[in-house]
Amino acid sequence: MEPNAVAVTDQSVRMTMIKRGIAAGFPIMLGYLPVAITYGVLARQSGLSNLELTLMSILVFAGAAQFMGANMIALGTGMVEIVIATFVLNFRHFVMSLSFMNRLREVSLKWKVPLSLGLTDETFTVSSLHAKEAKETHGTWFYGALILTAYISWVGGSFLGGVLGDVIPGRLSQSMGIALYAMFIGLLIPSVKKETKVALVALLAMLINFFFSLFISDGWAIVLGTIIGGGCGVFLLKGEEAA
Amino acid sequence: MMWVIIGMAIVTAIPRLMPAFIVDKLNFPRWVDRWLNAIPYAALGALIFPGIMTVKPDAPHVGLIGGAVAITLAWFGMNIILVVIGAITTVFLVTL
Repeated sequence: MEPNAVAVTDQSVRMTMIKRGIAAGFPIMLGYLPVAITYGVLARQSGLSNLELTLMSILVFAGAAQFMGANMIALGTGMVEIVIATFVLNFRHFVMSLSFMNRLREVSLKWKVPLSLGLTDETFTVSSLHAKEAKETHGTWFYGALILTAYISWVGGSFLGGVLGDVIPGRLSQSMGIALYAMFIGLLIPSVKKETKVALVALLAMLINFFFSLFISDGWAIVLGTIIGGGCGVFLLKGEEAA
Repeated sequence: MMWVIIGMAIVTAIPRLMPAFIVDKLNFPRWVDRWLNAIPYAALGALIFPGIMTVKPDAPHVGLIGGAVAITLAWFGMNIILVVIGAITTVFLVTL
C-alpha cells in the first residue's frame, strides 16, 4: 500500500511537470510551425527530397543553419564550406549550453545529454527564464517536455512544408515571421520589469551584435554580443536577480 | 547529400553537447556563475536586434513596429501567447 501510494504521487508530479513543460513550449510551437513549413518548401525547391529535408530537421534541429544549408545546396556550394558555415552559425549554442548546463549541474549525465542536444535559441531562452524548475523535483521532465514540444513542431512542420508545400497563405506566413522575435520580447520584458539592469545587459548585447555584424559574419557577431553583453552582467546583475 | 546533412549535424551537436560533459569537471568562481546567469538576457538582446528588422527585409520598420507592439503588450503583463499573436496581427495589418 505504502510504496504504491508514493509511486502514484511521484508519477503525478512528473505528469504535472510534463504538462507545464508543454505549456511553456507552446509559444515556441507557434513560432516554429510557420518557419518550419517555410523551410520545408524552400528546401524542396533547393533540390532536397522530403526524406532529406526532414532528416536534416531531425539531426540538425537549428532553423537558421538549415535555411542557410538549403540555400547553399541550391547554389551548388561544396560540402566543406556548408559544414564550416554551419559550425560558425551554431557556435553560439556552446555559450548558451554552458549557461544552461551550469544551471542543471545537479542533474545526471543521462539527462544532460538529451537536454543539451535539444538546445536552440528558443528552447534555451524559454528554459532559462523558467529557472526555478531546475531546483524542483522532476524538473528535468519540465525541460524535456518543453524541448520535445519544440522539436516535434520543428520536425513535423518541416515535413508538412515538404509534402504539402505552402499550406499557410503567403501573407500570413510572412506576418508570422515576427512570432519568434515577439516571443523573445515577451520573455525579456517581465525580467526587465523585475530588474531594470537586465535591459542594460540586453541593450548592450544588441548594440555589440549590431556593431560586429557590420564587419564579421552574423554567427560570430551573435556569439560576441552574447559573451560580452553577458560579461557586463557580471558587474550589473548581482546575486539572485541573475538567476 | 546525406554527408552534408551528417556533417551539419555533427558540427551543430558538438558545441551543444560539450558543456554537458565539462560542467561536472569544472568549479566556476562566483563571477563566472554570474556571467553564465546573465547569458540568457544577453542572448535575448542579440537575438532580437538587428534580426527583427529582417521580418520584411525591404521594409525594416515593419519588424520594428511589430516589436514595439510586443513590448507594449508584454509591459502590461499580457500572457506570452497573446504577445506573439498581437505582434503577428500587427505585422499582418501593417503590411496590408
